[in-house]
Amino acid sequence: MRFLARRGVFYALTAWAAITLNFLIPRLMPGNPVEAQLAHHQGQLTYQATKALEVAFGIHLHESVWAAYGQYWGNVIHGNFGLSFTYFPTPVSTVIARSLPWTLCLVGLSVIIAWVLGTLIGIVAGWRRGGWWDSLIPAGALFQGIPTFWIGLIAVSVFGITLHWLPVSGGYSTNTVPSWTGAFISSALEHGILPALTIIFGSVAANLIGMRNMMVSTMTEDFVLVGEAKGLPRKRVMFRYAARNAILPSVVGFALNLGFVVSGALLVEQVYSYPGIGYVLFQAVGSEDYPLMQAIFLIITLTVLAANIAADIVFVLVDPRTRQGAMA
Amino acid sequence: MTDLLPDIIGDEIDTDPVRRANWLRSPKTIVGLSILGVFALLAIFGPLIAPDDPTASSSAILAHPSASHLLGTTSEGQDVLSELLVGARDSMLVGIVAALIGESLAIVVGITSGYLGGAIDEVFSTVTNIFLVIPVLPLEIVLSSYLTNSGWVPITLIISLTAWPWGARTLRAQTLSIRKRDYVAAAIIAGDRTWRIVLYEILPNEIAIIVTGFLFQILFAIIVQTGLAFLGIGNVETWSWGSMLYFAQNSDAFFSGAWWWYVPPGLCVALVGMGLALTNIGIDEIINPKLRASLAMTRRERRRAAAPVRVRTVSAREILG
Repeated sequence: MRFLARRGVFYALTAWAAITLNFLIPRLMPGNPVEAQLAHHQGQLTYQATKALEVAFGIHLHESVWAAYGQYWGNVIHGNFGLSFTYFPTPVSTVIARSLPWTLCLVGLSVIIAWVLGTLIGIVAGWRRGGWWDSLIPAGALFQGIPTFWIGLIAVSVFGITLHWLPVSGGYSTNTVPSWTGAFISSALEHGILPALTIIFGSVAANLIGMRNMMVSTMTEDFVLVGEAKGLPRKRVMFRYAARNAILPSVVGFALNLGFVVSGALLVEQVYSYPGIGYVLFQAVGSEDYPLMQAIFLIITLTVLAANIAADIVFVLVDPRTRQGAMA
Repeated sequence: MTDLLPDIIGDEIDTDPVRRANWLRSPKTIVGLSILGVFALLAIFGPLIAPDDPTASSSAILAHPSASHLLGTTSEGQDVLSELLVGARDSMLVGIVAALIGESLAIVVGITSGYLGGAIDEVFSTVTNIFLVIPVLPLEIVLSSYLTNSGWVPITLIISLTAWPWGARTLRAQTLSIRKRDYVAAAIIAGDRTWRIVLYEILPNEIAIIVTGFLFQILFAIIVQTGLAFLGIGNVETWSWGSMLYFAQNSDAFFSGAWWWYVPPGLCVALVGMGLALTNIGIDEIINPKLRASLAMTRRERRRAAAPVRVRTVSAREILG
């Protein structure tokens, strides 16, 4: 359990760092963003909008930095991120609450499917190293170099525009309204297929090559040799002896890689105009909506942190050494 | 992308001087480096051999690839091949410079942390891990949204700021392992200064890892820069493969079926990425003794398919030491 306690301290530190970074960035970057905004809108901002800016940046010109920092923390804890310019006068928290579930479903599911798929193929490819399966390595290398969003662009033009197989824009059909009806759910699923496949295609190669290499490494271990020498069935040696041990770093790699995979997935949302948090983030960039942008950065970071904690718990479950304090 | 780096779980990496010289000889590395060489030449000479001025519009709007425009034209009538060639320089430049800065940071943080240990290691490792967990793209978007100057330098700095943690982590693990070896102990007892031990005993044994880390960061930087430019962040005024995709997306190139506009830039990024990844996989197979042992084994396996497999594994390992 010391392992989990140590990780807990680390996540608390990371959350604090992300929240503080979010506070510092507008202050450290050249220029005053509030003044820049006011100048940009030529005095057309309403009183509320100016207030929203001040809340977002915690900038009250006659206040000390520490007082501002304290006030900023109060705002973060209460989920008060000010008002969004893009969707004015909707509070930033409402905009996020509306878009986050879409991202959690799409990205969460796709990333897990990609991990399971990559790990399974990696196990087989590692077991049969040498020969045909090794050609997966250069193929995987090519896939790792492709920006995920570009796979999305190609998929849009081939399956959406040329073949008309699947819808390529939005999260659900405009004929339906979000609700728990069969029509809406099937429409949402249909709209989710291509974005999900894009994310899976974009991230499966990394898992695959990583798992394959770990399998190859593990298979040089003596316990695998013993397993084979005892005449155990091949499947048993492959899964219970080799893969069972090779999978441990794969779980760690999954967690560490998540920040990068999520970044790619956010771009995929932009390609498909998917109503998730990535799409909203890029809308915010387009309209210089700093309060929304910063709140989204914070929420995405905290969500990735939560996913990391989940991965750590899985790691404790699959690696008994962490429970005996050996890793602590 | 984690697997592009060796030593994710602290596998010992081979630093035997005889074999160290061989890490550039893997066929995968040779193919990878050749691809990279071609693109390096494009980055240097691309703008000189571009047939047209990429910004000059013409009356040929969304023209299919033909003899006069080998890769067709954009909706403004600009020559796609010229944009691609001119854009190669910016894309490669940002990638390489960001990786140079990022890898230098990784070397300083990783080796300091691994060699000195103690409180410094705790602080450096925590900072490294925090930067690893924070999602790259949202952080970069927030940072770059405050930039008023949109040249290639600020965006390169921002990318390098998020590129270093993987390298630092790997180098720390390796330094920890090398630090325990006898020749380092001998140098310490002989009274060598710390900087001398780091420069002459530690660094030379980490060159392969530094090279793979550097290549990995180029790949990272090019993908991130392409993503940012696709969103219209950073230097879309100058040509890069990402800004080409940005203009293609904004001009509905997909709905007009202008594949010659958006396929080539992505393919270039993918090919550079493949070159980098192949080089790294090749180096990894040579310097990681476990992966290498299995390679040697499979080669022998093919030659003598009849004999029992596992007996040879042991002998192959013995031969290779």
